[in-house]
Parts: sequence; C-alpha cells; structure tokens
Amino acid sequence: MMTVLSDALTIAGKDLRSEFKTKQTISMMAIFAALVILVFSFAFDPTNNAVKAVIPGLVWVITVFAGILGLNRSFTSEQENDCLTGLRSGPIDAASIYLGKVLANFTIVTIVQLISIPVLFVLFNYRFTGSLLWFVLIILAGTLGFIIVGTFLSALSANAKNSEMLLPVLLLPLLSPLMIAAVQATRIALENENIENAIAWLQLMSAYDLLFFAACLLLFEFIMEGS
Amino acid sequence: MKELETMLELKKITKMLGDKLILRNITLSLKEGETLAVVGPNGAGKSTFFKCTVGLLQPTGGEIILDGEVVKKKSAAIKQKIGFLGHESFLYNNLTPLENLRFYGKLYKVKDIDRKSTELLKEVGLYLFRDVPIRSFSRGMMQRLAIARVLLAEPKILMLDEPHTGLDQEAVALLNRIIKEKQKTGTSILIISHDFEQVHTLADRVAILKKGKIVDTVQLNGEMGLAEMKDWYEKVVMGA
Ligand SMILES: Nc1ncnc2c1ncn2[C@@H]1O[C@H](COP(=O)(O)OP(=O)(O)O)[C@@H](O)[C@H]1O
Ligand SMILES: [Mg+2]
Repeated sequence: MMTVLSDALTIAGKDLRSEFKTKQTISMMAIFAALVILVFSFAFDPTNNAVKAVIPGLVWVITVFAGILGLNRSFTSEQENDCLTGLRSGPIDAASIYLGKVLANFTIVTIVQLISIPVLFVLFNYRFTGSLLWFVLIILAGTLGFIIVGTFLSALSANAKNSEMLLPVLLLPLLSPLMIAAVQATRIALENENIENAIAWLQLMSAYDLLFFAACLLLFEFIMEGS
Repeated sequence: MKELETMLELKKITKMLGDKLILRNITLSLKEGETLAVVGPNGAGKSTFFKCTVGLLQPTGGEIILDGEVVKKKSAAIKQKIGFLGHESFLYNNLTPLENLRFYGKLYKVKDIDRKSTELLKEVGLYLFRDVPIRSFSRGMMQRLAIARVLLAEPKILMLDEPHTGLDQEAVALLNRIIKEKQKTGTSILIISHDFEQVHTLADRVAILKKGKIVDTVQLNGEMGLAEMKDWYEKVVMGA
C-alpha cells in the first residue's frame, strides 16, 4: 500500500517536472481559460447585475474545458518512446500509475484555476464576500471528481485514433451530475446564501468522487493490461 | 561443477493476437548465467515472445516460470528481476538522462541511485550530456541511455530485443563488453538479434523462431564457427 503511494508520487513528480520544464500544457490551458473569460466578458456586459449569475457556470466551464486540454496530453505523452510500456513492465502496480496521473493532473488544473478564477472575478467586477473556506472546498471537490473520471477516460481513449475527440464525448455526459452539483454549490457560495443549502450538494459531490474513485482505481488495471 | 539452476522456463506457450496464432507451443528453458540468442525472420513472433515473458501480454496457453515463480501480470517482485530492453527506449524526451535514470531508479527501488546513475552514464559515454533533455539525442545515444536504464536495477535476467540497432561500432563493442561482464556475474541473458556476428560472440546457445515455433536450437560452445552458424540458419529457415 505504501509503495503504491510512493510510486504514485514518483510518477506524479516526473509528470510535473516534465510539465514545468516546458510549460507547454499549462500555458495552453491558462491561455484558453483567459480567452474564454475575455470572450464571455464581451458577450455579457459585466456591469449588468444579472451577469453575476453566469459566474458559477463560467468557473466550471473554464475548469472542464481547460482541463480537457491537459487530460488529452496526460496519456498521449506517455506514448512517445512507448514510455507507458516501460511503466507497465516495471515493478509497480497499475493503481500507482493511475494515482500518479490523477495527482499530476489535479495539480495542473488547480494551478490553472488559481490563475483564472481571480481573473474571472476581476473582469466580471465581482467582489467575493462569502466564505472562502466553503468556496475552496466546493471547487476542490468538483475538480477532484472531474480529474478522477477524466484521467481514467483519458487512459481509455489514448489508444483510440481520435483520442482528442473521444475524450470529451465520453467525459462530458459522465460529468453532468457532478457539474450540476458543483455549479449549484458554487452559486450558493458566491451569492453568500445560507451555506447550509450547499452542504447537500457538497455531499453529493463527495459521494460521486468516492464512487468513481473506487470504480476507476479497480478498472484501471484492465486498461493497462495488454490483450 | 554444480548443477546450475533454471532461471527461466517456458512451458508450451501459445499466444493468440486477434484471431492469429502468433506463438505456437513454445517450450524453452534458460539456466542461470546462460545466454540464449533468439533469431528468426521478421514477424516470426520474437518480440511477442518477449512481451509474454515480461508479463506485458498474457499468454493464451501455457506457463512461464521465472526464478521459481509463475509470471502473472501482478507480480512486482518478478518484474523487479527482469531488465527489459524493448524496441522503444521507454525514456522521457523532456527529461535529462540523469532525471530519466532517477525516475526509473525510484520505481525499481534502487539504492544509492545518484551514484549508480552517474557511474552508468560514464560507462555508456553520456556523462557529458547528463543535463541535456534527451529530445535532441540521436538514435544511438537514446539506445545507450536505454541500456543504462535497463542495467540500473541490476536485474537477474536481461531481455534485450535487438539491442544493437542504431549503435555505432564503438557502442556495439561497449554493449558487448557490458553483456560479457554481466555473464560473468551470473546474469541470464535472452537476446534477440539479426546481427549474426554479435550473436556468435555473445551467445552460448541459439534458438531459431520461425512462424511462432522454435524450429531448432544449437549449442555454440565456441566450437561452431560464424560461417557454419549462418549456413545452419539459412538451411533451417529456407528449408521446410
Ligand atoms: N497487437 C497485435 N495484434 C495483432 N497482431 C500482432 C500484434 N502485434 C504483433 N502482431 C503480429 O505478430 C507477429 C509477430 O510480431 P513480432 O513478435 O513483433 O515479430 P518479430 O519476430 O519481428 O519481433 C507479426 O505477424 C505481427 O503482425
Ligand atoms: Mg521484433
């Protein structure tokens, strides 16, 4: 068990080191997020009060669509020099590959959120007055669920011919319950409503995370297994 | 002389890929410290045979026993003992040679990784390039680093799939020297090669794999000459 974790950390460390060296994926994701925010800030007049209603949705649009850019690269990058075979032939559990990839993807998406969400608030002229703790908790729970499912599907679709197209087509329907909960909870946190109302959504998100985490961890082995 | 232990034993391995029978009834054994070369025409199933042994593919039938244990997909302890050099280098292009070795060293739980990596890099002649991302490396440099990667964990059995491809004369000599050193320390070696000269200098025994079957094996023992071995290969592959 401990070795699974330490192997996962090694793999995540390798991915992040490689990413921070080139900054290829992360800069693409940040630029994409910035462009989405910019386009939407033109489309809706930020001075209009009703616009505040689109912010929770935008937070998740940015996360999911920028995230998909990163997820696409997550396993296709292992295909250079057939590195995935190198991992599979090594003395490690398939679970550590999955966990390592989840950790790395989660870190990258979180960094993109750290940059883009403040920018979103600024451009939409939104002043955050709610509870930051709850907001962060909701964002983390939603992002984690997205990464858990996304990493699994990115491994699944990496071998397909049109993996960049296959991933969103598989991923978005599966994410819908999570995203409904995430948007609702985010809205409650941002509008500074009674936070009690968000707790039920947060519970739903946690249940989704746990359920899919267990399923993906167990099934990942079968993706890694050669025919 | 004491009886050497069997390092690797394949019992009636068959492998289907799709609806094609790639390996048919392969039975083979490899003793500790022995070097077996597998030769054969392209597409004979040599690489598939290796992948089954490493545990990357599950054989459709038969059993593989490595160092007394049955190879199944989930056996980290067994994979630890295998050094597998495939067609591809398994190296990360964005990382430097040192980072690549460190990464694999950690996965293989190698002790004293930094010292060993540095030593290996010196040995394969890449020490000067230790901090350059390997994206810019030539085929031969990659192969040198791939060899270093395989040696890092000090495996009990080396499985080299066409290790000489892309190497220059100097590197071929280097690789042969490394292999011979490993032979002395009792490492078992399986080697796939199309280069008869190297096969002849390195192997104790040669097996011909043709259309998924081991059609013949011969003991070299330093008695059989290179020309004689080539004749034998041609006769076996062309005939029947
Ligand atoms: N994934 C696969 N699916 C179906 N057939 C395959 C697959 N991989 C290899 N083959 C077939 O298996 C045969 C043996 O391939 P291989 O083991 O790579 O040969 P070689 O002896 O040249 O290394 C070839 O005919 C190849 O077409
Ligand atoms: Mg081959």
